[in-house]
Amino acid sequence: MLRRRLDIPLNRDGSVRFLPWIIALMVYLAGLALSGTLVLQAALDHWNRSLTGTLTVQVPPAEAGAPDPLPAVLALLRGTPGVVSAEPLTRAATAKLIEPWLGSALTPEELALPRLVDLRIDPAAPPDLAALRTRLAAAAPGAALDDHRLWLDRLAALVMSIEATALAIVALIGGAAVLTVVFTTRAGLAVHHAVIEVLHLIGARDGYIAAQFQRQALELGLRGGLVGLLLTVLTLVGIGHAGAATALFGEDVRLLPSLRLALWQWPLLAALPLAAAVIAMLTARFTVLRALKRMP
Amino acid sequence: MVRFENVGMRYGAGPEVLRDITMDLAAGSFHFLTGPSGAGKTSLLKLMYLAERPSRGLISLFGRDIATTPRRELPAIRRKIGVVFQDFRLIDHLSAFDNVALPLRVAGLGEEQIHEHVTELLRWVGLADKLNARPATLSGGQQQRVAIARAVIGRPSLLLADEPTGNVDDEMALRLLRLFEEMNKLGTTLVIATHNEALVTRFGHARLHLENGELTQLRARERQAG
Ligand SMILES: Nc1ncnc2c1ncn2[C@@H]1O[C@H](COP(=O)(O)OP(=O)(O)OP(=O)(O)O)[C@@H](O)[C@H]1O
Ligand SMILES: [Mg+2]
Repeated sequence: MLRRRLDIPLNRDGSVRFLPWIIALMVYLAGLALSGTLVLQAALDHWNRSLTGTLTVQVPPAEAGAPDPLPAVLALLRGTPGVVSAEPLTRAATAKLIEPWLGSALTPEELALPRLVDLRIDPAAPPDLAALRTRLAAAAPGAALDDHRLWLDRLAALVMSIEATALAIVALIGGAAVLTVVFTTRAGLAVHHAVIEVLHLIGARDGYIAAQFQRQALELGLRGGLVGLLLTVLTLVGIGHAGAATALFGEDVRLLPSLRLALWQWPLLAALPLAAAVIAMLTARFTVLRALKRMP
Repeated sequence: MVRFENVGMRYGAGPEVLRDITMDLAAGSFHFLTGPSGAGKTSLLKLMYLAERPSRGLISLFGRDIATTPRRELPAIRRKIGVVFQDFRLIDHLSAFDNVALPLRVAGLGEEQIHEHVTELLRWVGLADKLNARPATLSGGQQQRVAIARAVIGRPSLLLADEPTGNVDDEMALRLLRLFEEMNKLGTTLVIATHNEALVTRFGHARLHLENGELTQLRARERQAG
């Protein structure tokens, strides 16, 4: 006889009918916040990886009468171990870079623009950048080495603060879920006070009574959590499609960010409904045990 | 078995409804608890089945001082006590069978054993055809028999019954009293609150008489042949 039987008719309470939906909503919101941070983290990693292998050297134009410092700089760079290649941007390419701002009327010579050198380094054995900087400054006064660090650091700081906010939101949602379960459980305790008292008086341990509430909470939490997860996945897929539709100029130029989660991130998202169910279960158990302590 | 020393009890901040109760019920004894309505019979039983705590005095059950017994050990004591509540307190959404099975389930017995015991007992109280009936669909007397079955199913060492024959006809009352006597012969200690003087006289067990919250212990009468 494996019939599932509740001594306390919790499954007939009105308040209990809403619990899965509330939990579904909470898991949905938490899922969006969490996948947002995961995507951001992935994007940051991507930028990090694609930008750390490249550096830019700026060589200021020569003073009037002085020799062009560019050949010396190139020789220095190419002679540095760890540097894979050092290619100067042609003047035409430099002009093209500034054309959107200044138009094509002025030539780089007239503007005395710095020359840019595109530097590729071996990420496995990178050169000592500090030493390289000093030597560059000696070879060509005013030459600067830009390793994009500043830009990446600022980006990382931004991403971190967004992530912290998102995680705080997830924590708040968790707190709201706990409160919701506490109130639902208390309502259940009040509605079924008579039955609980009988169980108590015929010798049921607190754990026996709590088990009924906690089983119920686990089940409702899981059901609601799965609905929430489904909504999250549907939303991610939907935004992913919309993002792909805006990628008119190739993968790198999208209006919406790519919302693709890495493989290892999916289990993290899938753990949300489980976490919701476990939180609901533990909260129900704790609430019931606390209330029963007041019985003689 | 049941020992009270100068026990007083009040509900909340109300007046004392029991005063200076001192008694010592021996293991295997059989007492009727009598007294006018409002005298405190139910309240006295509540103290015995640990639904209320005394406001003063000492209560010991099965040789243990209840006030100093850790809370986690109380369920085991409660399982040795069977209670027939004055208002039955059957669980509405459970069938007669499941109501009676409750104490065994709470105690963790196997379903097979439970099925056997419960079916047999319900047959014994004349409810073989009502196993699956909800309490609400039963008559007052039938509900009372379910309540009694639930109280005795766990073969308690102490059986407390509050007006257990109030809703049944004389013949069923006699039959239930005989069940109680059988249990008493097997060693169960009984306290039965009743207004039914005829039964008290007929069965002639010791009597605890409450009057306005105070106890007058009458001598056990000679048991009449009957
Ligand atoms: N829950 C309660 N809260 C406050 N007072 C109560 C409560 N239960 C009983 N009383 C009071 O305690 C006194 C004794 O009541 P009790 O129910 O013990 O009497 P009783 O002897 O069982 O009466 P009856 O024969 O009518 O069942 C009464 O004055 C009653 O008003
Ligand atoms: Mg009473």
